[in-house]
Formats: sequence, C-alpha cells, structure tokens
Amino acid sequence: MEALAMGGYGAYVWSCFGLAFIVTVVIEWRGRVRHNEIYRDIEVRIKALEERE
Amino acid sequence: MDSSNLQQPGIFAGLLAIIRRDLLLAWKRPGDVLNPLFFFAMVCTLFPLAVGPSAEQLTFSGPGVLWVAALLSTLLSLNSLFMSDYEDGSLDQMLVSPQPLPVLALGKTIAHWLISGFPLVLISPLLAMTYRMPSAVMGILMLTLLLGTISLSLLGSIGAALTVGLHRGTALLSLLILPLAMPILLLGANTVSLAAANDVYGTGIWALGAYAIASISLAPYATAAALRISNE
Amino acid sequence: MWKFFHQMASPPYFYRLAATLIPWFAIPGLILIAYGAYAGLFLVSMDYQQGDAFRIIYVHVPSAYLSMMAYMMMAVGGGIGLIWRLKLAHAVGAAAAPLGAAFTFLALVTGSIWGRPMWGTWWEWGDPRLTSELILLFLYFGYMALRSSIDDTAKADKASAVLALVGVVNVVIVHFSVEWWSSLHQGQTVFKKGTMDADMRIPLFAMLIGFSFVFGAMLLRRLRTEVLFRERRTRWVRELVLSPEGGK
Repeated sequence: MEALAMGGYGAYVWSCFGLAFIVTVVIEWRGRVRHNEIYRDIEVRIKALEERE
Repeated sequence: MDSSNLQQPGIFAGLLAIIRRDLLLAWKRPGDVLNPLFFFAMVCTLFPLAVGPSAEQLTFSGPGVLWVAALLSTLLSLNSLFMSDYEDGSLDQMLVSPQPLPVLALGKTIAHWLISGFPLVLISPLLAMTYRMPSAVMGILMLTLLLGTISLSLLGSIGAALTVGLHRGTALLSLLILPLAMPILLLGANTVSLAAANDVYGTGIWALGAYAIASISLAPYATAAALRISNE
Repeated sequence: MWKFFHQMASPPYFYRLAATLIPWFAIPGLILIAYGAYAGLFLVSMDYQQGDAFRIIYVHVPSAYLSMMAYMMMAVGGGIGLIWRLKLAHAVGAAAAPLGAAFTFLALVTGSIWGRPMWGTWWEWGDPRLTSELILLFLYFGYMALRSSIDDTAKADKASAVLALVGVVNVVIVHFSVEWWSSLHQGQTVFKKGTMDADMRIPLFAMLIGFSFVFGAMLLRRLRTEVLFRERRTRWVRELVLSPEGGK
C-alpha cells in the first residue's frame, strides 16, 4: 500500500500512467473499428457487384 | 513564324508587372487596403475597453496587444490573396505562363504586403501612442512589425495557396497559419517589450531579420508548389 | 536493393507484409513497456529532489519523443511522396498524424500533471518544452484539418505534404524561439538536464524503445487501413475480399 501511495504523489503518478494506457488503447481501438468499417464497406460493394453479374 | 522573335520579358519585369497589376486592382477596391487597417485599430481599441484604462497596464501589455492585432489583421487579409485570381481564371493563366511560378507568387505576396502589411506598420505608432509607448521604442516597434509582417505575408501565402478553392477556406487558413506564425509573434512582441524595459533587444531583431530573409528566399517555392497542387 | 523497395511499396505485398510484421513490433514493445513501467514505478529508488513524482518521466519523455518522431515521419513521408510520387509514403503521413497528435496530447497532459506538485500550478507558460509541445499539437490539428477538408486523396496527400515540410522547419524555429523567450522570463523548468543514475536510466531506455515499437505496430495497422481504403477499387482488393479466408 505504501508503494502505491508514492509518498503523497500517488495520484499524480498513477493518473499519468493510467492516462497513457487509456489514450493508447482508445486510439488503437478506434483504428481497428475504422479498419473493419472500411473493410465491410468494400465487402458489401464488391459482393453486390458480384451478384449483379 | 519564328518564336524567338517574340520578346520574352525578363524575370524582374514579370515580377514588377504582377506587383503593378495587383496594386492597380487594390486601388480600384480601396476596401482591401482599409479593412485590415480598421480591423487592426479596432482590436487595439478592444483591449483597453476590456481591461481598463490604467496607464501602467497599458504600457506593460502594449507591445503584445499591438503585435497580436497585427498578426490577426494580416491573417484576415490573406484569405483574399489568390481568391479573385482563382475565381476569374487568371490563376490558370499564371500557372501556364512562361514566367517561373515562384516569381509570380513572390510578386503577388509583395503586392499583398504593400497593400495590407506596410500601411499597418505606418499607422502602428499612432496606436502605440494611445498605449503610452515611449517614442524611442516606436522605432523598434515599426522595425519589428516591418520585418514581421513581411514574414507573415510570405508564410501566409503558402497557407492561402494550399486552401484556395476550398469551401471552408477562411477558418482552415487560420488553423494552418497561426501555429506557424507563433515564433514571429513571440520574437516581435518580446523584442518590443525588451526595448520598452531598456533591456538588450538585439537578438530578436536579428532573428526576425533572418526569418524574413529565409522566408523571402524559400516561401515562394512552397507557395508555387501549393498553387500547382490546388489547381490540378 | 531497388527491387526490394519496389516490392515493399507494392500495395498488396505491403498489406500482407504489415500483417505479419505487427506482432514482431507489438510483442517486444509490450514486454519492454511492462518491464520499464514496473521498474520505473517500483524498483528505481526515488529522486532526492522530486521524490516519487519524478516517476512520471517514464511516460512523459517517451510520449514527447514520439510526438516529435511522428511529425518527422510525416514530413519525411511527405517529402518522399512528393519527390518520388510514392503513394505509400503519403499514406505514412495520413496514418502517423492522429497517432502523433495523441502522443502530443499525452506529453502535454503528463507534463501538466507533473508540473502540479512541482510548480504548484497545472500550467506554467514559462516552461519552454510544454509551450513548444502545445504549438506542436496545433500543428497536428492544422495538418489533419487540411487533410480532411480535401476530398480528393491524391490532392490531399500533396497539399498536406507541403504543409508538413513547412511545419518541420517551423518546429525547429519554435524550439529555439521558445527557449529564448523563456530564458527572458526566467522560466523554471522541471525537466532540467541533470545527471541521471544508471538504474534510473535503464527503465527509461526500455520505455523509449518499447513505446517506439508499439508505435510502429500501431502505425503499421493504420497503414494497412490507409492502403485498403486507397486501393478499394483495385483488382487485388477484390480478390482479397472474395477469397475464402478474407483479408482483414
């Protein structure tokens, strides 16, 4: 417990590490969502073209 | 017909011709000269109204306010730099003209500075006076504004060329140019503040001069490249 | 050598290569970060001046480093794209900009949180690095705004490349002018160039390299998205999508 308190600076140190983690995860997750969206759009378009032929 | 008989004007003649053309156009539409000046004067008026007329505060913040106002008013006028040429098709003519495009871009920027930057330098002592700036400092103010507005016009011409023909051009132009212009503002305003405080202010002048020379020699190429990209 | 580059730059090849490369970046990166964070938080003894607050350095410095690295990559990619008309190089700029902006934001916020116990304020204008970092964030916003307001991808690529090249010259000027400015006002800085003990430095290096590797993995993943989007009307994407195993 004492190690986590960081001599009174715990809130600052942990919020920095936590924030770094959250920002990295969110931006990576959003990147994946965008990738999947684009892939699905292409898939839908190409499958529709296939069926028409 | 032998094409070599066609008299090809030199680069310098081309530069002068485009400056003269833009100055003539501005003469026919005096608003282009006056609007940035009015804007400059009005921003300088806003500040004492907002923070109060205390002499101490005004002398202290005068250099900064004058410089911010100059930056914003230059920015305001930049939007129209290539706009009318883009709309009436003269920009296309410039792109295909035998004159090198950077020279034409430089000419247009010099004309823009003569129309909107230089008058601002000239009336700045008048506004500085209302901020109780000592007359010895006004020379420094004018010198920094002179060097700074040249750099601002050149830097802004790159942004204007990148955003010409875009729908949300004006807001975008500010977003592009303001962070690029921050060093100029920082150097200019702080040099005047140092001079007002009887401190050593030489570094800022030299740095502004170097910035101006570097932008005169480099910015036209970037502007020309940006114009070609925007008009593909 | 040239053949190798040509092959690398061919979109279908790169799309597949990137997918195999991502774990090679992500796994060592995550291991290094796990070690660096653990050592930085618990093993390293505290700084005698700043106490435990100095441990913020282990996220602040790598973020600040990546914020500048990403901008350099945008400018270099833009330059290569303009000179050699390499589409993949332009895609690097498009992929790196949001990542760079995110790390700039992180560097700003961690710097500000660090400043709170050290200066007693969340924001200190007198600190040259925080101020430069803020201007860098604005440069990223400008770059992304320009990109998103031009619909034609090829045109957006070239225009934003010019902006990135102008901006990279400016970053240097910002750095020196802000240093000069803060020296006028006796700016107090937390991040002074002091000597660091070796046992403090090793976790920092681990974090720097780990962050770079993870950044590489994130960049590769975003590059795949860019390549897929830009090539959406080509035959290889069609074949990829119609193939039984798919091509996500």
